Amino acid sequence: MRGPLWQRTTVTLMNQASLILFAVVLVVFGLLAPAFRDPQNGLNILIQASSTGILAVGMTFVLLTAGVDLSVGAIMFVAAALSGKFVLGGGSLPMALLIMLLVGAGFGAVNGLFITRLGIMAFVVTLATRYFGRGLGLQITETRAMNLPDSFYELGAARVVGVPVPVLIFAGVVVVAHVVLTRTPFGRQIYAVGADLEAARKAGIRTRWVLWVVYMICGVCAAVAGVVALSQAPAVSPGFGNNREFLAIAAAVLGGTSLFGGRGAVFPGTVLGAVLIQTLENGLNILNVNPYLYPLITSGVIFVAVLLDSLRNGWLVRWNRRKIFVTPDEVGGNSQGLKRET
Amino acid sequence: MDENPPMRVDRLTEPLLAFRRIDKGFFGVKVLEGVSFEVHAGCALGLVGENGAGKSTLMNIVGGNLCADAGEMRWNGGRYSPRSPREAERAGVAFIHQELNLFQNLTIAENLFIGGFPRRLGLIDRRAMGERARAVLREVRLEHGPDTPVERLSAGERQLVEIAKAMMGEARLIILDEPTTSLTTRETGRLFEMVRQLRERGLALIYISHNLEQVRALCDDLVILRDGQVVGSGAMSGFTLDRMVSLMVGREITQFFPTRTSRPSTEVLLEVRGVSQPGMVRAVTFELHRGEVLGISGLMGSGRSELARILFGLDDCSAGEIRLAGECLNPLPPRERIARGMAFLTEDRRADGLCLEASVGDNITLVALGRMVGRTKAVRREEAQAAVRRMREAVRLTPGARDGQPVKTLSGGNQQKVVLAKWILNEPKVFILDEPTRGIDVGAKCEVYRLINELAGRGAGVLMISSEVEELIGMCDRILVMNRGAIGDSIEPGQFDRERILRSALHSGVLA
Repeated sequence: MRGPLWQRTTVTLMNQASLILFAVVLVVFGLLAPAFRDPQNGLNILIQASSTGILAVGMTFVLLTAGVDLSVGAIMFVAAALSGKFVLGGGSLPMALLIMLLVGAGFGAVNGLFITRLGIMAFVVTLATRYFGRGLGLQITETRAMNLPDSFYELGAARVVGVPVPVLIFAGVVVVAHVVLTRTPFGRQIYAVGADLEAARKAGIRTRWVLWVVYMICGVCAAVAGVVALSQAPAVSPGFGNNREFLAIAAAVLGGTSLFGGRGAVFPGTVLGAVLIQTLENGLNILNVNPYLYPLITSGVIFVAVLLDSLRNGWLVRWNRRKIFVTPDEVGGNSQGLKRET
Repeated sequence: MDENPPMRVDRLTEPLLAFRRIDKGFFGVKVLEGVSFEVHAGCALGLVGENGAGKSTLMNIVGGNLCADAGEMRWNGGRYSPRSPREAERAGVAFIHQELNLFQNLTIAENLFIGGFPRRLGLIDRRAMGERARAVLREVRLEHGPDTPVERLSAGERQLVEIAKAMMGEARLIILDEPTTSLTTRETGRLFEMVRQLRERGLALIYISHNLEQVRALCDDLVILRDGQVVGSGAMSGFTLDRMVSLMVGREITQFFPTRTSRPSTEVLLEVRGVSQPGMVRAVTFELHRGEVLGISGLMGSGRSELARILFGLDDCSAGEIRLAGECLNPLPPRERIARGMAFLTEDRRADGLCLEASVGDNITLVALGRMVGRTKAVRREEAQAAVRRMREAVRLTPGARDGQPVKTLSGGNQQKVVLAKWILNEPKVFILDEPTRGIDVGAKCEVYRLINELAGRGAGVLMISSEVEELIGMCDRILVMNRGAIGDSIEPGQFDRERILRSALHSGVLA
């Protein structure tokens, strides 16, 4: 790396752009609103962020393969509607949860099937299943809001060794996802598939299988996100889960995941993104800001994060531009620039 | 077929891989016809042929990407018909492609093991992976740790990672497809040393290249393909370079470089004064005249391509002046330079020269399209189509290619003709050609030379960058030799001498 010291320092800082933004947001809200500083509020943010966070973890898997899943909100809706129907008809809670997970896996399997076997673009396939899912959900709920029994709420209010269950589930999903992505052959193959599908195929990776499983994972995550959402507000309204896919994508991107595939991480990246978005909402809420301004402020923060990232990339490209000889005054410097050749 | 000396018989009786009458066609067009030859363990076999002769198709069959229509392959005595790259890999075939298949976002070790990680309890056993990676990296003499991301490596280092990968998979046959095109001379030397070692260890190698000298220097046996058929095979000692070339093209090439009838004028077209950019080029000064073909020689990494990019406005320069027909170009972006009559054929046609997914017609009209619009700014289709027809004829594009066909389906030579057509349609005054004949077959090379002469005949100035010294000697009016970013030598006509050019290129006293 070359360039003036201040730039190098800035880049080192910018590598942690979302972390720094997060810190800034915390400090600003902490100064403006004393209630924000309450540790209980921190826990609340985590609880509120769990559902979106889990959704975003699943989305990260898909984004890493250079795909996208627009159907996750609809999956949440169908899963919640079906299991709600089941519980209201006298079914047990564990069975209802199992149904949700199966719905999620089923939707993911269908998405993956269309994408891998028929070669249709993920964007188009999941756009279709999104509309299908929303329509199906409205059919199941007969377009009415469905209030679920308290058993769901009790699930959300329960604590295990002092940790609320939603946060526990979130943490569990993150740990599993992180280990899978960084420590298993399958996880590394996801990165390979995202970087270059054809090369991955030539390297003997079962690319179709990898992609298929990735969409299944995303579907299951959507279902789990649905469970967590229900545990916080046990009602299925016609708008349940609507447009949540975009929040999930935003969280992942805010955490540094590339839409072009191959780059990104669940931890800390996506987790930080999801928590950051929720922190903004929470802080603005405490400050009594006009709710109509939330989207503007959230979009502003996302914009700044993406801007910082692109600035950083621009600088890195400029410094790492290949040099073919070293002029005497540069001899002492790092020879990184010499490493790249066309 | 002809009476060549038989392939060496002092090795194992059983060939490692044998092709028996392989046929393959695409959409009714025969690409391979009755191809038979054998590859032996401990031997390097050179596979040469013009682009489109069927080399890639044949290798894709070996590698499990394609299936033969008829005939059979035998591997180690048994039937061999891989249905996927994975199966081929398991059998012991390793493929090192022209475009490297490494994942830049992963580390060296991860790239080595991506097809099968060592595991412990279902997780990647990082320690075992690191140890095994280090061992094999030592063998190929790559001085980077296994956890280095591949994006930090140079082209040559990446090639070594590919070879390490092949060695790790316990490959018994390694197929190298144009492995040296992106390597520096030193890296090529290192690669060759590696290849020789592998051969001594009893591995079989298939070496595919357009660089016939390299094939001669490296291989024991030779197979020449033309139009999908084996037109020559046998021990390398039975082939001279001339014979190889004439078998490849099917006719004796009497005069490889077409003679030019026009002479350069004294009118200066492009004037370059003291152009410098730290770490790239130093004080480059020269003039390009109307109707002149000016060659730029130099080793890979001597600053030739960097100079070209600066001249075309793709990169900045910190000092110096570039004038086209008297007008200073320095602050202008490429778009403005194109409008003033500049054209630039880059060294990487796939990445920079073509929209691979787009059609032949769309690629040809890409640059000049802005001029083919009516008053409403809509493209006048008849005019565009007529232009495409005219250009196809001018560059003699294969009649088999349809206007609407995606460029990526064409052979390398025809792709290059499309790039040339694109620029020639814009009637350039100054045409910068960076390695215009890289990776294309002999016939297409001749066409490129013819087009260069035509351009010069029409009064354009051509700046021709090339690694092939013969090509420069055969084509140019004057040759500049670059060395460590500066022009080390300017060679006037009549003084062209292969040795002098190489000496100037290698001379290292400039920046002592």
